[in-house]
This record gives sequence, C-alpha cells and structure tokens, in this order.
Amino acid sequence: MSDVAFRIPLVVLSDIGRVISLMFIGAGLLWILVRSLRAKEVDRRIVFLFIFIAVAAPILFPITFQERATLIVRRLFDKVESLPAGSRVLLAFDFDPAMAPEVQPMADAISRHCLTKGHKVVFMTLWATGQALLTQSLERVVKGEFPEKLDGVDYINLGFKAGNENVLNIIVTDFRMMFPTDVNGVPLDSTSIFDDIRSCKDLDLIISMGGGKPGIKEWVLYVGDRVNVPLGAGVAAVVAPQLYPYYPKQLLGLLGGVKGAAEYESELVRQYPHLEERGTPGLRMMGPQTLAHMVIMAFIVIGNISYFISRRRERKR
Amino acid sequence: MRRSTIIVMAAIFGLFILTWILRSTSLASVQEHYLIGGFKVTFSAFLTLAILSFLYKDNPFYKFAEHLFVGISAAFWMSMGFWTTIVGNLIPRLSRSLSEFFQVPYQPGSYNFVYFIPVILGIMLLMRLSSKYGWFARWPLAFIVGTFAGLNFVRYLRSDFIEQVSATFVPLLVNWQGVEHFFSNFSLSASGQFVAIVGNWVIFLGVICGIIYFFFSKEHKGAFGTASRVGIWILMITFGASFGYTVMGRISLLVGRITFLFRDWLGLIS
Repeated sequence: MSDVAFRIPLVVLSDIGRVISLMFIGAGLLWILVRSLRAKEVDRRIVFLFIFIAVAAPILFPITFQERATLIVRRLFDKVESLPAGSRVLLAFDFDPAMAPEVQPMADAISRHCLTKGHKVVFMTLWATGQALLTQSLERVVKGEFPEKLDGVDYINLGFKAGNENVLNIIVTDFRMMFPTDVNGVPLDSTSIFDDIRSCKDLDLIISMGGGKPGIKEWVLYVGDRVNVPLGAGVAAVVAPQLYPYYPKQLLGLLGGVKGAAEYESELVRQYPHLEERGTPGLRMMGPQTLAHMVIMAFIVIGNISYFISRRRERKR
Repeated sequence: MRRSTIIVMAAIFGLFILTWILRSTSLASVQEHYLIGGFKVTFSAFLTLAILSFLYKDNPFYKFAEHLFVGISAAFWMSMGFWTTIVGNLIPRLSRSLSEFFQVPYQPGSYNFVYFIPVILGIMLLMRLSSKYGWFARWPLAFIVGTFAGLNFVRYLRSDFIEQVSATFVPLLVNWQGVEHFFSNFSLSASGQFVAIVGNWVIFLGVICGIIYFFFSKEHKGAFGTASRVGIWILMITFGASFGYTVMGRISLLVGRITFLFRDWLGLIS
C-alpha cells in the first residue's frame, strides 16, 4: 500500500513535468515565430537553450515511443536468432567514448542476444580506447547478467591489438599470429572456445560496432569480402549513410545510430520479454531524440518563413 | 584581473568544492575511496560544462578544458603507441629477456630478423626531429605510403568498385510471376515485392541520373538535362539523409552528456 502511495505522486509529477516542458517549448517556438515575423533577430544562444530543454526534459520526465525493427535491422537480428546454439560469433568493439552513447547500447543488446542464444562469443577491439568500453560491457552484461558463462569456454576477450587494418589482414588467415593470448595472457591454444577457430573463416558471424577508422569499412574490405563469413554492423549515425551501399550484398544488416539500437532492443524485448528489465537505453534515448528533432524541424520551418517574408519585404522596397 | 572575473571564478570554485563534497558522501559505499570517486565525477561534470560553455561565448574555462583534452590525448596516444605497438607487438617477437622485463608473454619460435626492419624504419622516422638528418624520414614515409597504396588498391578495387558495380545490377522486376500474381499479393511491407521493385528502380535510376549529372562533355538539355536534374535531386536527398543522421548522432552525444550530468553528477535520475 505504501509502495502504491509512493508511486502515484511520482507518475503525476512526471506527467506534470512533461506537460510543462512541452508547453514551454511550444510557447517559446511561438515567441520565436512572432519575433521572426516582425523581422527581429533571434540570438543563436536561444536556439541552443531550446535544444537543451528539448533534450533534457524527456530525460527527466521520460517519454517513450514504440519502435519496430526495419528490414535492415531485422535481418541482423534474425541472423543472430537463427544461428544454432554454440555458433561462434565475433563482436568487435571498434569505438571510443565519443561514440559510446550511440554504439554502446547496440553493443550491449547484441552481446546480450548472443549470450541468451548460447553462442560462443569472441570479443575484440581495433581501438585502444575501445578496450575500457569493452571491459565495461563485459563486466555489466556478460559477468553481471550471465554469471554461469565461463571465460575461455563461452566467451573470450582478446582485447586490443595495435595495427588497424593490418590486424584484420592477419587474423583473416591466422588468429594466433596476432593474438597468441587473450587479454589476460591466457594462450588461445589452452581455451576451448578457440579449439575450432584458426582464422576468421571459422567464425559463423562477425559483427563490428563502431563508426571510425578502422571500423566497419575495413572489416568489409579485409575480412567480409575475402572470406565467406556473414558480416553485420552497428554504427554511429554519422557514418551510417556511407555504409548503406554495402547492404545487403556485403553487409547482411546494419544498425544506424541510436535509432538502430532502439529497433534492435525492441525486437529483442519482443522476442525475450524478460530482457526488458535489464535495460533498454536505446529505446529511452529515442524520447529526447524525437523531441529534439521536432524542435529542429520547427526551427527550419520558422527560418524559412522568416526568409521568405524578409525577401518579400525587400522586393516591395 | 577584473573584480567581476574574480567573483565568477571564486563562485565556480566554491560550487566545485560543494558538489565534490555532496557527491563524495553519496559514493561512500563504493569500493574506491569516496573522495577520489567524488572528485572524478565532479571534475568530469566541470569539464563537460566547461566545454558546453563555449555555446555562450569563448571563456577561460573552455580554453582550459580544450587544452587539457588536447594534451591528455597526445600523451595517451604516445603512451599507447609505445605499450601496444612496441611492447605489445614487437618485443614479444624479438627478445625473451625484454619480454620478461616488460612483463609481456614471449612468443617462442616467432623470432625473425625481418622484425628489425620496422625498428630501423621507426628510428629513421624520428630523424625528422633533426634538421640535418631529417631526410632519413622520407624513406620510411615512402615505405608506409607505398605499402598502404599497394594493400588498399586490391581491396578497394574489389570491395568498393567491382562489388559496388555488381550491386547496382539489380533485377528491375523482383520475383516477377505475372501481373495477376503481383496484384493478388500486393503489399506495402518492407519485405514485400512492390517495395523491392521500387527500391531497385530507385537504385537503377539514381545511379544513372547521378552519373549523368557529373557528365560534362554534353550540354545538360532535353532528356539529358532532365536526367541531370533528377541526378541532383538524388544527390540532395542523399546529403539530406546524411545531415539528418549527423543531427541524430550529435543529439545522441548531447543525450549522453546530459544523462551523465543528471544521473552521475546531480543524481536526479536513476
């Protein structure tokens, strides 16, 4: 009873917060429109302030939207789903803290999905700054949520190896030449997960997550197109348009930005409802995304209206 | 220094100390010493706000955060270069005693004299620092450029040229089994036949019109001009999609930072 009594005010508070935020944003945009119609300048800092409010309000008072996986995301999800338990999947964490807000949710979701399905997962990174993020994901998702999974048996962390695409150029024919041991110094020959893996050819699926160089493009060039291994990717939004041409022939699926992460999470939760309680950061980020995009679109419309009005006034003169 | 500047700096310093104390008390249960944990979070928040303060106007806090970032990045990459490339990749292949000294597992049997070549080339690269022997650095640079050109030529030719050209040759009537079959199974689903056909036509026309736009040996008039205008529309839509994705990416980063401020620093959300 006390729990219910405690929750109700929080829900009401959240609703009130949401309404006040939306009213504030709406009224502010109207004020900017009126000011623009009167041909008065709007300080750029006001625009920044509105973007801040549009992003901050849904974080404080969460607004959630339903997502449905698009074909390009669902194909990757279906591939992970259709592989038999025990399949060997390589997950490359090729990103840094700057990309983490976008890429980490999809990396966590894919790791969770692979381990739920019982795949044997090989973790690695081509980015020095990805090592710490990979360790965080391992601690949180692998060791935190799947304590029964054994290091070296169900998963292995190869860590970071310097050399960029040259690393790929070597592991495509021989893993041990580049990674004689895992990140803890355990020889690969003494781990059961690597019993049947000599090179990338022996993997059933490779998923690279990142958005810079070396990244997905290098995986396509040096591994995907050279050996017949299905390759999927999760990328930061900025580089997603550059990678779409590789789909569907050279990339079997692509998660673009936080939208891709949200779609993957929604599909994962739909398939495995118990995973919802483990967090869906991608889905939660779609609230601020949507509101911020709406505000940006409103600014574009207001800017255009202001431009056409000022042009008409100049013509009249 | 002006009086107002001193007051602002004192206020920010006071707020920093205050939030450090408040954050530290809430981190008391964490394994790390609570004062260190609190300082890390507070300093991260300070740097975030210092960088964001540039949106208002340029200021010393922004400059401090910017210079700190550049300095730490340079030091980090130099350190990583030594520990991951020289210690991580080279030494285990060269010497057992050096491997033991740096506490990295020696790779027996992998010793090869060829590994001394990158050592020599690396030393030659450092000659750049000398005005007298700087020309030595041209050789390893030429080696790097030549190697990557040769390596990438084959890979790009296959993946970005041949494979991409072949990906453009798509069937314009996907799974076509007659008009009756098409209309009886008509669906607007993303995996449906209609969407697949439309998608392939967009690829086909988009590539042709896009190429025509960049073909300047013939005047863009008539049907050729129309195709060229369609080409520029295709390009504009592509740039628009790229811009949209870029906005999404930047907003995601802002969401990440604001979430950090609200959750880790201020403790407003769980």
